[in-house]
Amino acid sequence: MSLLEVKNLTVKFPSRKGDFTAVDDVSLNVEPGEILGIVGESGAGKSTVGNAIISLLEAPGYMSGGSVWLKDERIDDLGENLKSAIRGRRIGMIFQDPLTSLNPLETVGAQLIETIILHLELSEKAARIRAIDLLNQVGIENAEERVDQYPHQFSGGMRQRVVIALAICSDPEVVIADEPTTALDVSIQAQILSLLRKLCEERNVGMIMVTHDMGVIAEVTDRVAVMYNGKLVEIGETEKVLYKPTHEYTKSLISAVPRPDKKAHRFPLVTYIEDVEMLPDDVKLSDLWLGKTRDYEGFEGPMLTVDGLKLDFVTKRAIFKRNNTYFTALKGVSFDIKQGEVFGIVGESGSGKSTIARCVTGIYEPSDGTVSICGADLNKLEDISKRNYYRRQTQMVFQDPFSSLNGRMRVENIIAEPIIFHKQAASKADVNKIVHELLEIVGLGTGAARKFPHEFSGGQRQRISIARALATRPRFLICDEPTSALDVSIQAQILNLLKDLQEELGLTMMFISHDLPVIRQMCDRVAVMQSGEILEIAETETLFNTPQHSYTKNLLDLMPKFRT
Amino acid sequence: MQEDNINWVQDMRRRIADNDIWYSFTHTPIAYISAIIGISLIALAIFAPFIAPQNPFDLASLDLFDASLPPSWLDQGDQRFLLGTDDQGRGILSTIFYGLRISLFVGFTSVFLSLLIGVSLGLISGYVGGRVDAIIMRIADVQLSFPAILIALLIDGVFRTIVSKDLHEDLALYVVIFAIAVSGWVQYARTVRSSVMTEKIKEYVQAGQVIGLGSARIMIKHILPNVLGPVFVIGTLHLALAIIIEATLSFLGVGLPPTTPSLGTLIRIGNEYLFSGEWWITIFPGLTLIILSLSVNLFGDWLRDALNPKLQ
Repeated sequence: MSLLEVKNLTVKFPSRKGDFTAVDDVSLNVEPGEILGIVGESGAGKSTVGNAIISLLEAPGYMSGGSVWLKDERIDDLGENLKSAIRGRRIGMIFQDPLTSLNPLETVGAQLIETIILHLELSEKAARIRAIDLLNQVGIENAEERVDQYPHQFSGGMRQRVVIALAICSDPEVVIADEPTTALDVSIQAQILSLLRKLCEERNVGMIMVTHDMGVIAEVTDRVAVMYNGKLVEIGETEKVLYKPTHEYTKSLISAVPRPDKKAHRFPLVTYIEDVEMLPDDVKLSDLWLGKTRDYEGFEGPMLTVDGLKLDFVTKRAIFKRNNTYFTALKGVSFDIKQGEVFGIVGESGSGKSTIARCVTGIYEPSDGTVSICGADLNKLEDISKRNYYRRQTQMVFQDPFSSLNGRMRVENIIAEPIIFHKQAASKADVNKIVHELLEIVGLGTGAARKFPHEFSGGQRQRISIARALATRPRFLICDEPTSALDVSIQAQILNLLKDLQEELGLTMMFISHDLPVIRQMCDRVAVMQSGEILEIAETETLFNTPQHSYTKNLLDLMPKFRT
Repeated sequence: MQEDNINWVQDMRRRIADNDIWYSFTHTPIAYISAIIGISLIALAIFAPFIAPQNPFDLASLDLFDASLPPSWLDQGDQRFLLGTDDQGRGILSTIFYGLRISLFVGFTSVFLSLLIGVSLGLISGYVGGRVDAIIMRIADVQLSFPAILIALLIDGVFRTIVSKDLHEDLALYVVIFAIAVSGWVQYARTVRSSVMTEKIKEYVQAGQVIGLGSARIMIKHILPNVLGPVFVIGTLHLALAIIIEATLSFLGVGLPPTTPSLGTLIRIGNEYLFSGEWWITIFPGLTLIILSLSVNLFGDWLRDALNPKLQ
């Protein structure tokens, strides 16, 4: 007898184009004191499994088959009243976003006490004592004072602790955690994971941990279930599944996770996920338009020189300039990027790494300091044709593939725009030919030209974005978190593509990411940033092996280790 | 080339079949019924000279002996005049067709003008920001504190005092259009401005800046198409409102003169005969106005819901 058992669960979402099967015949079980991970990429149905167990499927989804058993008692066919008595009381839940899962208008204590009274029928006083006790258990200091504070007075990680306290306040037998650390920075993620592990062991609770992150799986789970397209493809001991996967999908998924410990040249085995139309082997980039010699003047020095770059954002505008209040996003940053180099910038959210990219490309105008591309300070160039000449050399790939393409334009027009604007082709026919070539180079095939962006997946959109960036034949490419919105296997494909392009075209690249393993795979040199300052710059290998700054050391220590 | 065209047609067909809004349209009775009614009324207006049994403005064809006839199904009714005639012997049905023509013309042109002013100002206001934004939006605020009908009356009044009476009669149509357009631009400007402000921080706009495109090009080519959705909704609802404002102005006697009667003018003329028992002169134009504005309004309501992702 298992604590929780899911038998042949099938969940369907009806739509006007027929039923969509989100979860297809999934069976799994959870034992007391165990953490079962469910891992998969977006759309795999992993969250739907969690929601089906607690009967909180989003309308119009419904369970079309299978059953859910809690300690040999069938719970999926109970009435709504009985179900909600189990939900929260016997099965606790932890959601992804701690910002939205707490009520901002009530104190943390009030929310805890309400839940405790509802489920355990304690007196108000006893409930309060229990609430304080719970907050202590989840590692909130000064619990007696903080119990009367509102959610906004807690940081993101602290709020997630409160959510955990809420989930365990009625001593549930099972806890379902849906991406509990995805919204948090790495340093906080590590704390939350060890807290969850500890609680499971101490209270003998069975936990289902839904996540897309292999690092999290490796860190805390005992067993893991791998889902793909609604089906359970593999389930077993975490060690075994991660290091000796049997299913092809699991293998390709695992090979796509960037290794934090050493630099691999390419990600192998990532073709399982999305079909890519690669260029035939006999076509050389150098024969195509993109690879032909560019009309740029030779320049010997560094590609990019940033000197004392400062940027203040006005937070409050006053009538007189001197009374404005500012937020300083960059506090005097200096570095340079050699030609042909891949330069990484790493830092946590809010460290100013994207702001640098936007200063370099001229989206923001720096408050102080200079940005020079090939020795020319763009902000001082008055002549527009001259400025466009330099602008053309620098292009950017953006983070969010869904907002970085104009949804009202066809793909061919999106890619043709920079070519036409910078007069890179003589005729309409030439433009078309170049667009088709570019689409083939990024692995989409010419069929993509007449479609609109919404007909593509995130990874494919990122390829379009790359094709657009290449359309001016730049020699300096800025990638601002190009893969952080993508699934890990798609990420591997996109990183492969960027790497190939960089090598074959001899591009100089500035690669911005919060993800240390990705940085390690891509970059020659890395700058570590924190709150608007560069803490250290070093060769990638040196940085990862012998970090100098304590912040870097800390970051490296906290990085979830998938292979140890 | 031929093959290209066929592909293009197939492409469009697939897109329409795939389109959620089209699906919602064909599966919402209120949407397609109101669209059918609206389009029929527009067709009646456009083809009025061919459909109308008489030309009410051809003085030669009018006969005072036909004056004040009731609808044809009543006693003393005449088969030639389905809905009866007015005091001049003009067939009510025909005058309604011609009146629709003018009402719809005023509605469409004033909405178009309003949309043009509002969208341009909203686009500039949202994209440029700062002082320009502040000035445009304060003007909008001031204007919003006056009811639309008052502004229209004001403009009409000013025109009346500055041009001669004869000239005014000729220009009345354009004055009304202008007055309605000016009274309605604020809604467009505000909506577009707020959409622009959310669009302009999106990465596709930054991508345009990185390429080096100028502000005008980014505004018109990239941002504008992405903020037009709500504009169409407002436009449709505004169309109904514009038709009603025009009718109100004409009813009050400050709109269109009896020589070019719109639905509102017809209602006003007929109103004088209401108590002498000739109810048909005012009731039928009134009904037409209700059906027209109701169908346009219901269509607009559906469009608003269909374009709102939160309601799907």
